[in-house]
This record gives sequence, structure tokens and C-alpha cells, in this order.
Amino acid sequence: MTRRETAVLAALMTAVAAVFLLSLAMGSTSIPLGRVVKALLHPSEDGDPLAMVITSIRLPRSVTAMLAGAALGIAGLQMQTLFRNPLADPFALGISSGASLGVALVVLGSGYGPAGAFGTSLGMRGDALITAAAIVGAALVLGLVLIVSSHIANPATVLILGLMFGYAVTAIVTVLVGASQPERLQQWAQWGFGSFSGVTWQRLQLFGPLILAGVLIASSTTKQLNALLLGENYARSMGLAVRRVRFLTMLGASILGAMVTAFCGPITFLGIAVPHVCRGLLGSSDHRVLVPAVVLLGAAVALIAQIVSLMPGGGVVLPLNAVTSLMGAPVVVAVLLRSRRGAFAG
Amino acid sequence: MMATTAPGVGMPFDAALRTRDLAVGYRMRRTRRAVLEHVNLAVDSGELVCLLGPNGIGKSTLLRTIARMQPALWGSVELGGADLRSVSHAELARRLGVVLTERVAVEALTVRQVVGLGRYTYSGWFGGLTDRDRAAVDWAIDAVGARHLVERDFSRLSDGERQRVMIARALAQEPVLLVLDEPTAFLDVPSRVELMGLLRQLTRERPLAVVVSTHDLELALRTADVIWLVMPGGELVTGAPEDVVLSGGIGQAFEGRQIRFHPEERSFRLLTGSGGDAAVHGSGLRAALAAAVLEREGYTVVTASAAAPTVSVHADEAGWRLWTDQGECSGADFASLADYLRGRSMQS
Repeated sequence: MTRRETAVLAALMTAVAAVFLLSLAMGSTSIPLGRVVKALLHPSEDGDPLAMVITSIRLPRSVTAMLAGAALGIAGLQMQTLFRNPLADPFALGISSGASLGVALVVLGSGYGPAGAFGTSLGMRGDALITAAAIVGAALVLGLVLIVSSHIANPATVLILGLMFGYAVTAIVTVLVGASQPERLQQWAQWGFGSFSGVTWQRLQLFGPLILAGVLIASSTTKQLNALLLGENYARSMGLAVRRVRFLTMLGASILGAMVTAFCGPITFLGIAVPHVCRGLLGSSDHRVLVPAVVLLGAAVALIAQIVSLMPGGGVVLPLNAVTSLMGAPVVVAVLLRSRRGAFAG
Repeated sequence: MMATTAPGVGMPFDAALRTRDLAVGYRMRRTRRAVLEHVNLAVDSGELVCLLGPNGIGKSTLLRTIARMQPALWGSVELGGADLRSVSHAELARRLGVVLTERVAVEALTVRQVVGLGRYTYSGWFGGLTDRDRAAVDWAIDAVGARHLVERDFSRLSDGERQRVMIARALAQEPVLLVLDEPTAFLDVPSRVELMGLLRQLTRERPLAVVVSTHDLELALRTADVIWLVMPGGELVTGAPEDVVLSGGIGQAFEGRQIRFHPEERSFRLLTGSGGDAAVHGSGLRAALAAAVLEREGYTVVTASAAAPTVSVHADEAGWRLWTDQGECSGADFASLADYLRGRSMQS
């Protein structure tokens, strides 16, 4: 690692730690950092309402934000490298549209819809049902895309295929939205805003390990991703089993994207932006340093977005999606204009 | 060039590449369309082979099939004694290095990192390089003379430098065969000559066979050990460049209405008209250049002793002198000679 790479990674690590503490301290009521640290170190001391707020509300929320940010960053990086396209993101294959369809079927049709009835019969309610619906929807679309794409040689065609699937599925969702009652639309819109608050400790027991597994898989393919930087033809000539790696990468990145969407709603922008900023900061396209960097920066950005969305005080919560985009777009533009060294800037 | 020991010296393979009744082409839904058939070729270690042929004749298809980037329709390809169909991706990469026409668009990777990617099949789980890998990378960088570029950003290199680095990357795979598909396509003339010189030198320094397709016919005829010429009908003419020239195949393959191949000079000439015969007197560079002017203006240059040429030209330090049946004239430089000849052809 060069000195610059070491410095960037160290700075990112510090930033994540700082923002993590800050995210626990800030919220509807500010809690002094000292008490935050105390509550973290001695979580068993009950009776303190502030400690309760930290450990049972803010801590799972912040952990969720970090996991989601890391997952989206790494999945975005995988997709951008695989498709050699700067606009690719974790949802490039229509994953989030699939999840939306699942959620729309449940939310807009619950009570009498077949999906809602099926879920209710399993004893699933509310958030759990929405999550399950999102996972099923995403899995169906991903399965279709993977099956069709296994017959396609050109990666750009696969990307277009995913886009088309996304459009088609979104159209179905639009039809559902158009036909539904206004009071149900509120809940639907709420899901579309995105939120890290819905993931409790209990749900983290599923979300956490899944995301960690995805991140570990992605970390173990850095060598393959590096070979893909020269394009699929060269990668193959250097000994890469291109079809297999493409399949695994698409699967891994899509699962990460789908899990985040299922548990937190469709979080846009982060997955595109974080890899670009990391390339700019590091001045390198080497995935051995890029992967840890996107994990750290993704976590930090998600935490910051979480803090900002709660900032205005007085109970108003900004939609998370609005925050990530408004906050991130100028940063990305600045980084790209200044450095001109992203992997695709030429 | 540093004195370096090539890794893998003394490999037990005799023929680096051998094809047996190979047919290359494309599979449609139900049919197979062969571009080239009954291809029986062999390349030995230490040989530089240039693959020539008109556009769209199937050169790239043949190279892609040899490199297993597309399947053979029939027949087989053997690489270092092993059938291509039976080797794994990794094993193939250790026997065969490939350089393609396509421009690599990657930013923010150093030359050393790009060459290091050639160690893909050798390096560890995360792509970490051992001392042995680093030695191979260093050797490859020295072999193409890119030592001064190692810390540079690959995307900031000139086209010629990039191709050198891509060759170094292929060499880092320690292959027995290097296949290059029109590697000189984007290069300027000096870079083309340098690149072909480099390939020739590589075959001399280590047990490596090189197969390169090119449109640069004259350069290929001067540099290659062996020519594979794909004829318009799809048959292959192979042999030493001079034997292929003697066979007349090059003329058949490339001559058109306006161009003729001159075997003596191993180069093409534009047919610009028939101004008649021209005799050139004098010797050395000036006489040769005077002949070039005459040819460009549509005259057939004949020996000075030939009977009754249309024009006769003498060129020396003082300039040129031209005489015909009608009279005589002279000038100082070749521009004035060309002007005069153009004026003459306008009158007639």
C-alpha cells in the first residue's frame, strides 16, 4: 500500500468511529457524548431512560445504517467494475424494482390481497411482512435476469436487460399504485423514503449476518475484480473463469442490494457515489484497497445521512433518500471535477 | 536491456502450437458457418509468425479460436502438446498470452499493477504477489523495455507504450505462445516498427513463439520468420516471407485495380497511369528518388540501356536533366521535375 492509501484508510476509519458516536448522541434529544460512551460500556445499567434510548433505539439504528452503507458501497463497486460502467449501482439488474413490486402487493393490497392473506396466515405482520415481500420480489426478478443473462455474452447487453426488467416491473407497480386507495398510498410512500429506524435488535440478527456474509464474499473476489478492470476478454485470457465470476458477482451484489432494500427501503445514490469518491480519494482502481475503503466510506456516509435526516429537531424527519442524494451529489461532482482520476473518468 | 534469465527456460514442449484439420467460424442457431477450413499449422518455439490477409477474411477468427476465445467448429488446437479443450482456464493462461486490438480503458492503475495482473493464476487468494511473481513481473517489464514507465499511470501512456505494457503483462503469464491481434492498429509508424522489432527480439531471447496478425504487410515481410497468408478463397499459404513472395500469393491476395505488388522491393505501388517508359541515368539516392517521382507520375521505369524510352532522366548533385524526342529541360529539385511531368501529361 502506498502512503496515500494508508492515510486515506486510516482517516476513513477515524471518520466512521466519530460519526458513529455522533449518531448515537444526536437525535430528537441530544445526549452528551460522555453518557453515550458510558451507556455503550455499561449497557446493563437499567433505570436510566437515556441509556435505554441509546441501546434499544439508536444503537440498532446506527448499526443498521453502517451495515447498509457498507453493503451498498461494496455492491455498487462490484457492479461498476463488472459492467465497466460508471452509472451501474447495486440495483442495476432491476432488484429494487422487484422488491418494490413485492412491497406494493402487500402494502397496497393488504387485507384482501392474496399476498397479504398468505403472509398473515404465516403469522407475519407489518414490517416483517413487508421485508419478506421485498425479498421474494427481488429474488424473482434477480432469478429471471440471471437465467436470461446466462445466455448473453456481452455484459452491456446484460445491463440493458436488467434495466428493461426494472422498467417493466416498475410499470406494474405504477398500475397498482394507480388503482389503490389513498390511505394505503401513505404507507407505500413511507417505505419509498427509506429508513434505518425500522430494524430492531431482533431483526438485526437476520440482517447483520446476511450483510456481513455478502461483504466477506465481495472482499474475497478482489483479485477477480482487478482482472476484470482490463475487460472480460483480457480477464479470460489471464485465467479468469469469466462466466462464473460474473454470475457470482451479480448474485452477491444483488443480494446485498436486495437485503438493504428489504429492511431499509430503496436507498438510492449511495451505491453509485461511494465507489467514485473512494477512487478519487485513493487515486487507485486496485480493489484490494478500494473494497475496505468503500466499506468504511459507505458506513460513514449512511451514518451522516441518518444524522442529517433527524437534524431539524421538533419531530420532523427528512426522507433518507432525499438526504443521501442532496448531500452526496455535490460531493461526487466536486470529487470528479477535481481529481479526474476515477476508473472511468477518461 | 538488462541481462535477465527468462523464467521457464527449457520447457519440454517442442511445437508451441499445432492445429489439426481445424475449422474456424461461427455457430448459428442450427448451422455452422466456417470461415477457414482444414487449417493445419504449426509454430515452433523461437519463431515469429505474421498472419496476413485481406480484411474480413477470418484472421481474427483464427486467432480467437487459437486463443480459445471462441470454440473451434471442427478439428483441434494443441498448445505445448495439450489439446486446448482439455486445459483449464488457469492452465491455458500459463501457456498462452494474448494482446488484443481493443484499447484498454482503465484509469488509476500503475504500469506495475497492470503487468502484475498477468500473474493472476499464480498469485494468492487476494492477488498478493510472492517474490517469484515479482521477479517475473520485473523480468517482463525489462523484456519490453518499460523499466522507466513502472510507476506511471497506465492511462497516461502513449498508445505505443500501452501496447508494450500489455505485452509485458502477457509475458508475465510466462506463456509458450504469445498471440497478438493487430497490436499495431492504433500506432504511429515508428511505434509499429519498434513493436515488431520487440516481438522478434522476444522470440530470440527465450523459448517463446509469437503469432501476430497485422495489416502492415511490408513490415511483416521484413520482420517475420514465417508468414501465414490467408488467400481470398480461404486457403492458407505458409512459409518464409521470401518463399511466400516467390509463390506470387501476396499479389493475388492484395493486388487491386490500382495497386501492384513489386516482389523485388517487397512493396506495393500505386498504378497511376501509363505515361510510357522512363530511363533513369546516374546512380545512388538521387537516381532512385528520380525513379520514384517518375513512377508516381505514371511512368514505367526501365533500365538506362533500354531501347527508345519515352523520357530519359539524369539526376546528380546539380539537379535533374530530362530529354525526350521533342527536346530537353532541367531543374534543381524533385518538385520541379514532378511539375514538369504533370504538365507534360496534361498536354498529351
